[in-house]
Amino acid sequence: MIRLERRPQPSRAWTALTPVLAVLLTMVVGGIMFALLGKPPLEAIRIIFWDPLFHPQFAAYSRPQLLVKAGPLILIAIGLSLGFRAGIWNIGAEGQYIMGAICGAGMGLAFYPTTSPLIFPAMVMAGALGGWAWAMIPAVLKVRFGTNEILVSLMLVYVAEALLASVSQKLLRNPEGMGFPGSRNFKQFPAAHNAEIFANSGMHWGVIAAFVAVIFAYVLLTRHIQGFNIRLTGEAPRAARFSGVSPARIIFLCLGFGGALAGAAGLFEVSGPAGQITIDFNSGYGFTAIIVAFLGRLHPVGILLAGLLMALTYIGGELAQLMLGLPGASIQLFQGMLLFFLLATDVFTNFRLRFGKTEVT
Amino acid sequence: MDLSSINPILLIASIMISATPILLAAIGEMVVEKAGVLNLGVEGMMITGAVVGFATAVSTGSPTLGFAAAALASAVLSLSFGVLTQMLLSNQVATGLGLTLVGLGLSALIGKPYEGMKSPTMSKLDIPILGDIPVLGPMLFSHDPMVYFSLFLVLAVWGFLKFTRAGLILRAVGESHDAAHALGYKVIRIRMMAIFFGGACAGLGGAYLSLVRVPQWTEGMTAGAGWIALAIVVFASWRAERILIGAYLFGGVTVLQLNLQAAGARVPVEILSMSPYLITILVLVIISARGAHGAPASLGRPFHASR
Repeated sequence: MIRLERRPQPSRAWTALTPVLAVLLTMVVGGIMFALLGKPPLEAIRIIFWDPLFHPQFAAYSRPQLLVKAGPLILIAIGLSLGFRAGIWNIGAEGQYIMGAICGAGMGLAFYPTTSPLIFPAMVMAGALGGWAWAMIPAVLKVRFGTNEILVSLMLVYVAEALLASVSQKLLRNPEGMGFPGSRNFKQFPAAHNAEIFANSGMHWGVIAAFVAVIFAYVLLTRHIQGFNIRLTGEAPRAARFSGVSPARIIFLCLGFGGALAGAAGLFEVSGPAGQITIDFNSGYGFTAIIVAFLGRLHPVGILLAGLLMALTYIGGELAQLMLGLPGASIQLFQGMLLFFLLATDVFTNFRLRFGKTEVT
Repeated sequence: MDLSSINPILLIASIMISATPILLAAIGEMVVEKAGVLNLGVEGMMITGAVVGFATAVSTGSPTLGFAAAALASAVLSLSFGVLTQMLLSNQVATGLGLTLVGLGLSALIGKPYEGMKSPTMSKLDIPILGDIPVLGPMLFSHDPMVYFSLFLVLAVWGFLKFTRAGLILRAVGESHDAAHALGYKVIRIRMMAIFFGGACAGLGGAYLSLVRVPQWTEGMTAGAGWIALAIVVFASWRAERILIGAYLFGGVTVLQLNLQAAGARVPVEILSMSPYLITILVLVIISARGAHGAPASLGRPFHASR
């Protein structure tokens, strides 16, 4: 008989090993899924994980894309991970991302077509503020009334989507766009364009911000009292309260951070790679970032790696669509499975497997 | 705006239709939560039910088979959540989210070939005498069998939890799993059964969306219905009869805003289309501000029998 025995402390080796194990398991089960879809499994796995980086023909295009996709994922996931560590479940990052994009883009478009160098920084501020404000709604409701932040933050995603549809058709619509929905394109508005810093590197300001956020979160969590308070609140809420940590403060801090980073990510995306506000410019990064946060073990450095890996599956998935005709949805499923296997293998981190009969004491 | 274009008889009838999917999902989730498990994957199970039900009904021509297949598929999917949270002791919130993401991906993958198809319609139940009552007949007694099944299910769950021994054990497991374990009840087995039931209900709710309410398959068609079902469980303070009220209230809001949009109300369309979500938030706030929650004491806590 197999039984589980709780470890006195989470195993460090397993903490590092489970993401690798989960990726391998996902590859195996994903391969079976691809085979069931009638596609060559080994080739599909190779196209997803290897070809975006090393294919002689496509790699030149897809390598920069890696940073473009990883940037927002890392930025959002870093913000989410702080909350998840404290047991605050902000799952509405997608909404905060949209609101950040709307506010930031609105700020920029209001100054069209001036050329001040201050416009782009102002847009970033507006974007972060927009995301922050959107995240403050569940925060205030949780602190004031004890309302469940999971449901509120998620409901606000749908509200944000409705707002996005509205502004791209009305308020922010391109006046020279022949009546098509969608805002002006930031590529034709140099002062507000989040252009690549080095040509063809994929490195734009959002990627820089993501790296800064990783370092910042690392310092916060390991060196700063607020980071310690966040971890304490998650691991021992009662102990945290006895030692004078205000739960309200932690809620505001975590949700605010998550919102601001998601909002900034939205702004960087809309003014750079996406180029304009459209009804569906958001591509679910807010939800994928949840997987990134867990895959990175809620640790800043882990999230950096997990974000790059998840970006790889996005790009590899597109490549596999192109080369094998693999359905786009299978990549979505692939990413979901990754989270599932990660949570499943996580049991080894906290528990030890014991074989043999239960001893009666 | 022309309010007279809204026919009250059709309005009530369509409220019943639009409330049914949420009602089914919410009553299932309530049983799960009563057993002390927080399954946030309702949205994922619903949409899986929607696509499996639709695909089965289209290929067999029988909506009844569609519903059965949907219930089975979602229940099996929910077992993956059960294995992870109950046997491998993973975090319930994270696993529920994972279940939603998996369900959304899976449904998009299965549903691709079925986009744009029409499902076979479910015949309406002709209740002989009641259906002929002038106003009430078309309002209440001329729906498809699933509407009445969902009402029956609420009654059955209410009775099960209140009057049966098994219901008492289920509630005990949800209130204090350690005490239930000490009394010799199989906590994990009971929770797995509850999760299975919740999955089946969510699947039925999803299939009702794709087979009756819409009736078509489009990607992401549940549009948060699973999350609203979760909110309704909170709204209902974990009581079956209030689940009914909650679901019909939300059904009412949804239908009313659609009717107002069609009638050309002077309220902007985007405000109307976000109203179900805003009202969900509002209701959650009111309920939580009142303080008394009535949540099962062991809700969301992992159970591990160390000896």
